[in-house]
This record gives sequence, C-alpha cells and structure tokens, in this order.
Amino acid sequence: MTPRPAPAITFRDLTLGYDRHPAVHHITGEIARGALLAIVGPNGAGKSTLLKGIVGELKPLSGSLSLDGLTKRDIAYLPQVIEIDRSFPISVFDCVAMGLWRMIGAWRGLDARGREDVVGALHTLGLVELADRPVGALSGGQFQRVLFARLLLQDAAVILLDEPFRAVDTKTIAELIALIERWHGEGRTVLAALHDIDQVRAHFPDTLVLAREMVAWGETPKVLTPANLARSRQLTEAFDAHADICVRDEERERETA
Amino acid sequence: MIDAVVQPFLEFAFMRRALVGCLAISLTAPPIGVFLVLRRMSLMGDAMGHAILPGAAIGYLLAGLSVFAMSLGGFAAGLAVALAAGLVARSTVLREDASLAGFYLVSLALGVMLVSVRGSSVDLLHVLFGTVLALDDAALLLIASIATVSLAVLAVIYRPLVLECFDPEFLRSVSPLSSPTHLLFLVLVVLNLVAGFQALGTLMAVGIMLLPAVAARFWTEDVSGMIGVAVATAFSASFAGLLLSYYANVPTGPAVILSCGAFYFLSMLVGVKGGLLWRLMPRKHLEA
Repeated sequence: MTPRPAPAITFRDLTLGYDRHPAVHHITGEIARGALLAIVGPNGAGKSTLLKGIVGELKPLSGSLSLDGLTKRDIAYLPQVIEIDRSFPISVFDCVAMGLWRMIGAWRGLDARGREDVVGALHTLGLVELADRPVGALSGGQFQRVLFARLLLQDAAVILLDEPFRAVDTKTIAELIALIERWHGEGRTVLAALHDIDQVRAHFPDTLVLAREMVAWGETPKVLTPANLARSRQLTEAFDAHADICVRDEERERETA
Repeated sequence: MIDAVVQPFLEFAFMRRALVGCLAISLTAPPIGVFLVLRRMSLMGDAMGHAILPGAAIGYLLAGLSVFAMSLGGFAAGLAVALAAGLVARSTVLREDASLAGFYLVSLALGVMLVSVRGSSVDLLHVLFGTVLALDDAALLLIASIATVSLAVLAVIYRPLVLECFDPEFLRSVSPLSSPTHLLFLVLVVLNLVAGFQALGTLMAVGIMLLPAVAARFWTEDVSGMIGVAVATAFSASFAGLLLSYYANVPTGPAVILSCGAFYFLSMLVGVKGGLLWRLMPRKHLEA
C-alpha cells in the first residue's frame, strides 16, 4: 500500500455561510496533494461557498480550514459568477498575460520569455488567431478559453474551478477536460464544482457529494451511488429565516470536556 | 489667422497664465476621467465635484480667498465624502452610488449655505465657476504640483488600476493591491477636482475630466489610446475655449467645457469606433 500523500487542504468541522445562516455545515476531511476532486450536489448545496471559503473570500462561521503550507498565492480560482467587465477595452493577449502576475507583478514589464509563455498558453487553448481581438468581441465559449489560458499561466499548485463548463460546447469541454487532466498529471491539486454526473464519472477519480452537509466523499465509483445522489437531492435547500442557533458546537465541546 | 490665434496669448499675461493652468489640468484630469468612465463611475466624478464645495467654503470663511486654504478644505471634504460613501457601502445594505448620492447632496447643501452665510453672491459664483483669467502664482503652482503628483501616481498604479476596472476579483486573488489602488485612485479624483476648481470652478471641473474621456471611447479600443485621445482633446479644448472666451467675451470655464462638449458631439457622430454615422451607412458585411 502506497503511503497517503500529504493533505493540501484540511477542513475541521468547517461551517461557512452568509449572515449566520450556514451554506456549508460542519464539514470535516482532507484533500490530498495532487487530488482531482469533483464537488457535486444540487443548486444551493454549498459548492461555490466551499470554494470561496478555500480562497479566503469567506471567513468560517465556525471550525477551521488549513492550507498546509500553501498560501493564497498558490491558489488559482475561476469563480462561477464572474465580475469581469467584458466591454472593457483590453485585448485577449493582455488579458491572458495577467496570469503571469506572480512573475511580473504590478510594475515589471513582460520580457521575451514571458511573451513566449503567453503565446504558448494561447496556443494550448487555440486562441492564437484571436490574440489581438478585444475580449468583448469573443463568444462565451471563446471567453471561457481565455480564462483557462490565464489559469494555465498562473501555474498554481491548487486550482479551483466553479462550474467551468457553463455555456461551453462539447468540443471545447473535451479540450478543457484534457487540460484539467494535464494539470492532474503534473501533480497539481484540482477541485471542480460540477453538475454533469457522467462527466464526473468519466474524468474525476474522487468526488465530494455536498448538500449543505457532506453526503459522501471518496473514490468516485463508490460515492456516486443512486442512494447518495437521492439523499443529496432530499436535503432541502431550506433557508429558515427563524432558524435556531446550531447546538452541535456546544454538544461537541461537552463531549470532549 | 495665426495672428488671431497667438496674439491674445502674446499680448496678455493673464491669458498665458490661464493657458498654462488649463494645459496642466488637461494633462491629468482626462486620464483619470478615462478610468472613471471605464469603471462606470462617470457620475461619481460629478458627485465628487459637488462634494468639495463645503470644504472650499470653510477654507474661504476662515482665510478669505486663499488658494491654499480653499484647496485644502476642498480636498478634505471630497476625500471625507468618498471614504464615508465607500465605508457605508461596505458595511450596510446601501450600494456605493446610493450612499454617495446621500453624502454629496448633504455636502453640497452645506457648502452653499456656508458660502451664502458670510459671502456675497459674487463669492459663490467664484467658487462655482472658478476664475481662470485671474490665476495667481500660488494657484498655478498648486495646479502644476497636483498635475505632477497625479501623473507619477497614475504611472505607478496603472496596471493594478486596469485590472481593478476589468476584473477586480482576479486582482484580489493574486495581489493585496486592490484596496490601496482604489483608495489612491479616489485621492487622485479629488485632487484633480480641486486643481480644476481653481480654474474652472467646482461645477465645471468635472467637465474637463469626463467629456474628453467619454469622447475618446469613439476613437480607439485600448486604454492607453483612450488616454492619449482624451489628453489631446482637453489640450485643444483649452486653447479653443480661451480664444472663444477672449473674442466673444463669454465666461472662460464654460467656454472650455463647451469646446470639450463640441468635440464629444463630433466624436459621437463620426468616431470610427461606433460613431452614429458609421452605423447609419449601409456597408456590406465581410467574409469572416
């Protein structure tokens, strides 16, 4: 039996939420370095919330989350709702080049090697001919490729993808999945929130089924059972404006006392 | 013809001073306007222009028509309103535009009241419309210093600022510069409005910031190009406005801003990137 690789991300009884209402409730577990993990669950299951918690956009309501030696800068994140202003006058090349921020920062110029890297990323995503176009002129699928090219240049140890295949045609999805598998092969830790169960079965070795609570977590074939999926759908999306204070924290303290 | 263009500036020192002041403002206010437009904060510039009034009025009440006191007051008031609005937006349900509207309206009313309590209506007109033809050394120095500082700061925060406009979430994820950039940018907006109000008045200062920037969008599709077009526009409008004011004997501030406005309407009609005329002309579509 091979030794378990060191964890990249560890959750300890983690609760995340908005305005005291939990969206991710008491999750415990660890994501191994180099894991390729799909996060599935119905709408409102807390998939996006969990990813936001990992990047540090949300502070835990209780419990903790540790990144084991990684810093925020080692994480590349593709959010689901993108705040990008697509009417902004910037070219595809410049937009993708921002992925090199860790190298060039706010003030350094792009040297010949940086330019090569950018062209390489554009090439990988089939965007070379669009390099000089403004991002506003791209289709939804093309723009998603631009975001992936930028992720590629970020060269991050941990990559978080929130619904990365929305409004993307099947050919592009296949190419993006190939890129994700390449990242996996390079030993990066990749987490993706997804809806398409068949996609997950075909390409993701590990799966976390989420429905505010953790329903199941482990190897994909063992986890993606009809029973687990049904359970994840049953756990309601209920947002109770008058919910009582969760007592689990106190109970646990009493047990350990 | 050339005589008519050059002669007023050769003959009168106040025209030369006015030109220098306007050109210095034209160097930095329009680039800042470009970023305001790109961040969809155009009207915020307008609100800030009103917000500096009470500060300038307090400066005036305490020290009379002193450039330094009025500028410092205006700067403090503008910054206070911008920061308070930002703070309220981050910590309550109000969005930034709504909270800014709340603060600047109070600020404007306070300013008008302060000016009219002690001053005459001539003073009020002076603050509202500026005195470009009576710029003294202190005022010119202040305007030039602000222009210099603004150019340097803008150069330093250029890349983060572009990212902050285009994809703020990405900037936050790769760098801690997001909030400092936003803050420095607000300081630049207020500083340039203060510089502008010496010459053009609080009401007109926003004009030279925004009109060239809005017009520039019709000519180019990249940020640095827009900045170039906006500065060139403001330069020519300063020239044209001063001459118009000299020969037609009309107030200078409005004449400069109306010149900017004329170029804006022209750009809207014939600008090569989305001008009206090009849209109306039926041209055959391309192969690909």
